Amino acid sequence: MRARLSAFLLSILYMLAVAPAQALDPKVVSKLASDDSAARLEAIDQLAASGEEAALTLLQALANGEVQVTPDSRVIIVSDQVLDAVTLTPIASAPDEYEAVILNNRMRARVDSAIGALSLLSPDRATRLASAKAVETTQDVSLLPLLERAIDKETDPLIRRSLEHTRAVLDLRSQDPARRLAAARVLGDSSQARVRTFLLQLLEKDSSGTYLETDADVRFAAQAALESVERRLAFSDYFGRIFSGLSLGSILLLVALGLAITYGLLGVINMAHGEMLMIGAYATYVTQQVFRTHFPGALDWYVLAAIPTAFFSAALVGMALERTVIRWLYGRPLETLLATWGISLFLIQLVRQIFGAQNVEVANPSWLSGGVEFANVVMPYNRIVIIGFSMLVLILMWLLLSRTRLGLFIRGVTQNRTMASCVGVPTGRVDLLAFGLGSGIAGLGGVALSQIGNVGPDLGQAYIIDSFMVVVLGGVGQLAGTVYAGLGLGVMSKLIEPHIGAVLTKILILVLIIAFIQKRPQGLFALKGRAVET
Amino acid sequence: MRYAPRSEPFFSRNAWIALGAFAMVTLVIVPALYVFVPEGDPFHVSAYTVTLAGKIMCYCIVAVAMNLIWGYAGILSLGHGVFFALGGYAFGMYLMRQIGREGQYQSDLPDFMVFLDWKAFPWQWTGSEHFLWAAALVVLAPGLLAFVFGVFAFRSRIKGVYFSIITQAMTFAFMLLFFRNDTGFGGNNGFTDFKRVLGFPITAPSTRAVLFALSAIALVGSLVLTRYLIRSKVGRVLTAIRDSESRLMFSGYNPLWYKLFVWTLSAVICGVAGALYVPQVGIINPSEMSPANSIEIAIWVAVGGRGTLLGPLLGASVVNGAKSFFTQSFPEYWLFFLGLMFILVTLFMPKGLTGLAARILGRFK
Repeated sequence: MRARLSAFLLSILYMLAVAPAQALDPKVVSKLASDDSAARLEAIDQLAASGEEAALTLLQALANGEVQVTPDSRVIIVSDQVLDAVTLTPIASAPDEYEAVILNNRMRARVDSAIGALSLLSPDRATRLASAKAVETTQDVSLLPLLERAIDKETDPLIRRSLEHTRAVLDLRSQDPARRLAAARVLGDSSQARVRTFLLQLLEKDSSGTYLETDADVRFAAQAALESVERRLAFSDYFGRIFSGLSLGSILLLVALGLAITYGLLGVINMAHGEMLMIGAYATYVTQQVFRTHFPGALDWYVLAAIPTAFFSAALVGMALERTVIRWLYGRPLETLLATWGISLFLIQLVRQIFGAQNVEVANPSWLSGGVEFANVVMPYNRIVIIGFSMLVLILMWLLLSRTRLGLFIRGVTQNRTMASCVGVPTGRVDLLAFGLGSGIAGLGGVALSQIGNVGPDLGQAYIIDSFMVVVLGGVGQLAGTVYAGLGLGVMSKLIEPHIGAVLTKILILVLIIAFIQKRPQGLFALKGRAVET
Repeated sequence: MRYAPRSEPFFSRNAWIALGAFAMVTLVIVPALYVFVPEGDPFHVSAYTVTLAGKIMCYCIVAVAMNLIWGYAGILSLGHGVFFALGGYAFGMYLMRQIGREGQYQSDLPDFMVFLDWKAFPWQWTGSEHFLWAAALVVLAPGLLAFVFGVFAFRSRIKGVYFSIITQAMTFAFMLLFFRNDTGFGGNNGFTDFKRVLGFPITAPSTRAVLFALSAIALVGSLVLTRYLIRSKVGRVLTAIRDSESRLMFSGYNPLWYKLFVWTLSAVICGVAGALYVPQVGIINPSEMSPANSIEIAIWVAVGGRGTLLGPLLGASVVNGAKSFFTQSFPEYWLFFLGLMFILVTLFMPKGLTGLAARILGRFK
C-alpha cells in the first residue's frame, strides 16, 4: 500500500516537472550553444523575459553547470537523467559526447539575477519574497516587463512594495519624464541607503552647472523623496545604535551588578570579577559538550541548563575566594585589589592549561540564531534575549535585596557594618553569601557573553574596566545607580562611536566620568545617611 | 615606613658606604669590564648582562617612583605604566629622528610614516629632532598628564580603590590611543630599529656603557631624592595623608597640593626611567601601557616592602629576575607564579621582603 502510494506521488512529481509542456522557444535555447558570448547573454535575457517556469528550470540547470551541448549543437540537461533543454522531457538515447556550457562571471551574474527574477512568479510566498529581495539590487532594465507582470499578479503587500521600489529604481533611468516622476515619488517611502544614491544622481549637475535631469518636476519630486528617505535612514541609524547600546549596556549591567554589591558591602574591588565571567562562559561550554555527548537530542536547550551551572560554578569559586583570600585582607582594600588581581592571573592561566589558550567554540542554539528586522535594523535574537535576560536578573536581584532576609542583611551591612553586627547580623556569613551572589551574577553574564562573542581565557579582561567605570559612575549600595550607569554608558558609547571611533569614545567617556565625579564624587546615586569616610 | 626626623643623618655610615660601592660598580667597574676587557676573557661582562642590568635599573627607578606615591602617600596608582611609556615615547621620537635616512625606505620620515603614506611629520613631532626638546618632553609629557589628571582626581577627593581603578582606566585608554596608527606614534609596532643617540651608534659598547651608567646615576638620584623628601616636612604630611587623611584635613592642611606634588613628581621620575629604558632595550610599543604592566609595578614594591628606601629596588630586581628566569625556562608557569606572588605577598608578607628580613634579623638579636 505504502509503496504504491509513494509510486503514485512520484509519478505526480514527475508529471509536475514535465508538465509545463509549453516548450521553450527552440531558437532561444539553441543560442545557448553558440560560441558567441553576446548571443548566450541574449539567450539568458530572453529566457528571463519569457517568464516561463521551464525557463527557470533551464536557468537553474545552467547555474549548476548541468547544461551541455552535444556535437550536433543540441542543448541538453545532464543531471540524474538526461533531458532535452527545449521540452524538458527525458531523452531515450542519451548522447555519449557533450560539452558543458561554460559561464563567465558576467553571464553567471546575469543567470543569477534571471533566476531571481523568474522566481518572482513562483506560487510560494517565501520564494517570491526571497527573490523580490534578491532583485532589489538589480540594474538590469530588461527585467522591467517581468517586474510589471509580477507586480500585476502580486497580492502580498510587502512583496508588492518591494517590487514597486525595484521597478521605480529602474524607471529612474527611463526616457519618459512621467515615469521618472512617478518613480521618484514612489521611492520617497523607501528606507534603503542605496535608494539615496539613485535619488542624488537625479539632482547632480554637470560641469557647466546645468542639471543632468532636465525635468524640474522630477527634480522637485526627487528632492522631496530624498529628504524623506534620509529622515527614515537617520531614524533607523539611531534605532540601531540604541539597540546595540542597550545590548552592550545590559551586559555591562550583569557584570557591574555583582561588582557593585561586593564593593558596597566590603569596600573592596574584586579584580578577579572578570574571571567569574570567564568561568561562567566556560561552564556554558562544558554544559554544551556534556549535552553533545550525552543528550544530543536536547542540544538546543543546553543554554537553559548552562544558566544554573554557570551561576553555581562562579558562585562557588567566588565564595572560595572570599573564604581563603579576601576575608583575611579585611580593612586593607588596596592589598585586596592586588591579591584579587593575582587570583585573576592565576585563574586565567589555569583555564589556559585546562582548555588551551585558543578560544573554544560555543554555538548558538537554533532558537537564538537569526533575528528580527525592524526599521531596517536586524536585531539578532541572541541580543534581544540577553537584554531580556539581564532585565530578569535585575528584577530577581531587586526582589532579593528588598524582599528577603538576606537582602535586608546585605543592605544593613552595606550601610553600617558595626551596627548590623551589633544587632546580630552574622556579617561574616552575609559577606560570604553576597560575594557568592555577585560572582554568580557575573557567571550569568558569562553565559550571555558566550552567546555573542568568543570564549577564551582573556574573556573577562575585556569587560572589567568598563564595568569598573559603571560602578564608579553609578555609585554603590543601590541597584538604580548601576542600572542607569550601565545602560547609560552602553547607549552613550554606541551613540558616540560612529562619529569619532571606538578608541576615542572610550577616552571621551573616561574624561566625562572624571568630569562627572567632580560634581558627584559618590556617583549617580549615593547612599543617603551619615556614611563617614574612614 | 616611618618618618625620618631631621636629627637623623641623611644616610647612615653603612648606607654611604653601600652607595659608594654601588656607584663604583655601576659607574666604573662594570662599564670598564664590558668595554675594555675583550670578549672570551672570564672578566668580560657581556652585552646581554649590561642590557639586562640596565633594564632592571630602569625598573628599579619606576619602583622607587611607585613607592614614593604608594609607600609614603598611600595612593595606589595602577597607571604608572603610562608615565613610563610616555617618557619612553618622548625620547623614542628623538631616536627615530636620529635614524635619518637609514630606514628601509631611505626617507626623512620614519618607516612607519612612509608605510602609512604620510608626507610630513604630524604636529606631535614638532621639534623632536632636538635632543633638548626631547629631554624636556620626557619630563613635560608625563608631568603634565599627571598634573591635570591629579587636579581632577584629587580635587574631587577620589581615593583608595576608586583612584586605583580610575588610573587603570586611564592607562587602558592611553594604550588604545597609542595602538591607533592615527595617533602618530607607530601604532602597534611603536618605535624600534634605532641607530644613533646624539650621533653615537646606539649598539656600540661605549654608548651602552654610558646609558648603563646614566641609569645608575638616575637610580641613585631618585633614591637620594626620596630620602630628602621623606626627611622634609612635606614627607611628614605625606605619611600623614597615608595614615589618616581626614585627621590631617581637620588639622588645617589641604592634602590636595601635597598629593598633587608627589603624584606629579612620581610620574616625572617614571618618565625619566622610560627615557633611559628605550635606548637600552631598543623598542617601545603600546603594550608597555597595558593595565597588567602597571599593576605589576605595584607588586614589585609590595614584594620588596612598601615605604622603605631599598625595598622597591629589591622587589623590582627579584620579580624581574624571576620573570627572566621563568619566561625562559617555564613560560607557562610564569603567570601562576606571578599570581601566587600577588596573593601570598599581600596575605603573608604585608611588609615585603625587607619586613621579612627585619623580622628574621630581629629573632637573632
